[in-house]
Amino acid sequence: MLRRPATIVVIALFVLLALVPVVSEWTEVPFYTDFGRRMMILAIAALSLNLIMGYGGMISFGHAAYVGIGAYAVGICAHHGIYSGFIQWPLAVAGSAVVALIFGAISLRTRGVYFIMITLALAQMMFFLFVSLDKYGGDDGLPLVQPSEFAELIDLSDKTSLYYLVFVLLVLCFWICRRLVNSRFGMVIQGARSNEARMEALGYPTLRYRLTAFVIAGMMAGLAGALLANHTDFVNPDMMHWTRSGDLIIMVLLGGMGSLAGPIVGAVVFLALEEVLAGVTEYWMLIFGPFLVLVVLFARGGLLGFLDRRREGRDG
Amino acid sequence: MAEPLLKVEGLRKSFGGVLATDDLDLAVAPGEIYAVIGPNGAGKTTLISQLSGALRSDAGRILFAGRNVTRLGPPARAHLGLARTFQITSIFHEFTALDNVALAVQAHDGHSFRFWRAARGERRLREPAMEALERVGLAGRADATARFLSHGEHRQLEIAMALATEPRMLLLDEPMAGMGPDESARMVDILYGLKGGQTILLIEHDMDAVFALADRITVLVYGRAIATGAPDEIRANVEVRTAYLGTEGVSS
Repeated sequence: MLRRPATIVVIALFVLLALVPVVSEWTEVPFYTDFGRRMMILAIAALSLNLIMGYGGMISFGHAAYVGIGAYAVGICAHHGIYSGFIQWPLAVAGSAVVALIFGAISLRTRGVYFIMITLALAQMMFFLFVSLDKYGGDDGLPLVQPSEFAELIDLSDKTSLYYLVFVLLVLCFWICRRLVNSRFGMVIQGARSNEARMEALGYPTLRYRLTAFVIAGMMAGLAGALLANHTDFVNPDMMHWTRSGDLIIMVLLGGMGSLAGPIVGAVVFLALEEVLAGVTEYWMLIFGPFLVLVVLFARGGLLGFLDRRREGRDG
Repeated sequence: MAEPLLKVEGLRKSFGGVLATDDLDLAVAPGEIYAVIGPNGAGKTTLISQLSGALRSDAGRILFAGRNVTRLGPPARAHLGLARTFQITSIFHEFTALDNVALAVQAHDGHSFRFWRAARGERRLREPAMEALERVGLAGRADATARFLSHGEHRQLEIAMALATEPRMLLLDEPMAGMGPDESARMVDILYGLKGGQTILLIEHDMDAVFALADRITVLVYGRAIATGAPDEIRANVEVRTAYLGTEGVSS
């Protein structure tokens, strides 16, 4: 199982990501570290979306909301002079969990297009809520006076330290997803994606399992948000705009929905293409759009699925 | 008759103005194979859906193992030991045959809020699942992805999934639907192997199969039971012949 192309790609990708700061220092281009960090943070968010979208069949078009809530938890704490990451980060995760629980309980009663629309609407509601919060910068957002503090453990104002923290968390999230997907819980959410009536007939009350998955995904996205706030030294409502949710969906589709490493590949390729193409032409979407269509048409399992045709509903 | 395992009293269901189940009474004894037959549109699948909880009844009561289950949903009834199969194959196509059955075993092994251990490595799920596959003669296909199984194998897998939940009663919705003669015969063998130990309520079009398997038969026409009795009595019943058997022609 460890010899499949997708697994090799994942390992290679992790090794490459681990080396980015070294290369960055060597070539004296600090941008690489910055860019790699952004890729990994969005990879965590995409990973969490894939958990519900790829494995649970819940196409949430509002996943950026949880990223935004995580980011704002850090931003608002800092605004009030609370800099400890031990307070900020658990708050970010817990805040996302609570919102995901409420939004999930509402939206999971619907299916298909309705589910997509309701998650979109609820996320946009959060977006406008934060736009209207003048106390926290409204439209303009909040600058982060200083990064999260973790006592003597790690200094996040050092960009390389932050990079490796993000790296470790990405690997951790990947590992957690891997365990989750293959656990009894994971089998249940995949079963519910595949055939919900059958799951009910077998005796599974599917809603509570799907809702739990939705909340777990929200929490992981909230963590990504806390990281994003530290990455950009800034939070603003744009982080939860629906186009951001769309970006996350594209990353998952691009890399391969329902394969574990797909979202990481998707996030990396998405941002790299955006960066390269945007350097070539202002109308980079004209090239990126058709590329995406081709991937979705000809590689149903995304880029990773293309490499790994023999994958049959097993772990990725 | 011993205390019935399943007792249905005055059950009704209508869709718009059409009565799909009309004041139906049934009693299935433990260990019995009970068949419900009837022409298309007689309300057979509606009945299965009402019994499994997928459809709410308009009136009447369903008692299972002495409990009133009329208002319980499908998961709750499944946990009481009422397992159904579907007329149109309903399985998890992306999973292997063994995964499908293991998921059925898991449904009756406590809650599934277990996030860490690999479910595919758990012997307490895999071993009973493998046994259920053996009982329906599908053990050799355990690792095949369900999508690639034949129609007949899908039907066998359905039965294995239902059996894996160790039900007190099986509700089989046309297990031979769409099968060729060979596959049909194999399914009759499989069900015959369960006879005596497993209580089964069976809905079926295949008359040969029904007469070979059933201990008792109820004939349903427009949602109404027009006759109930042993296979020989049903075969001899004039009303049944005119309403149903005569038109389809029973090979005897």
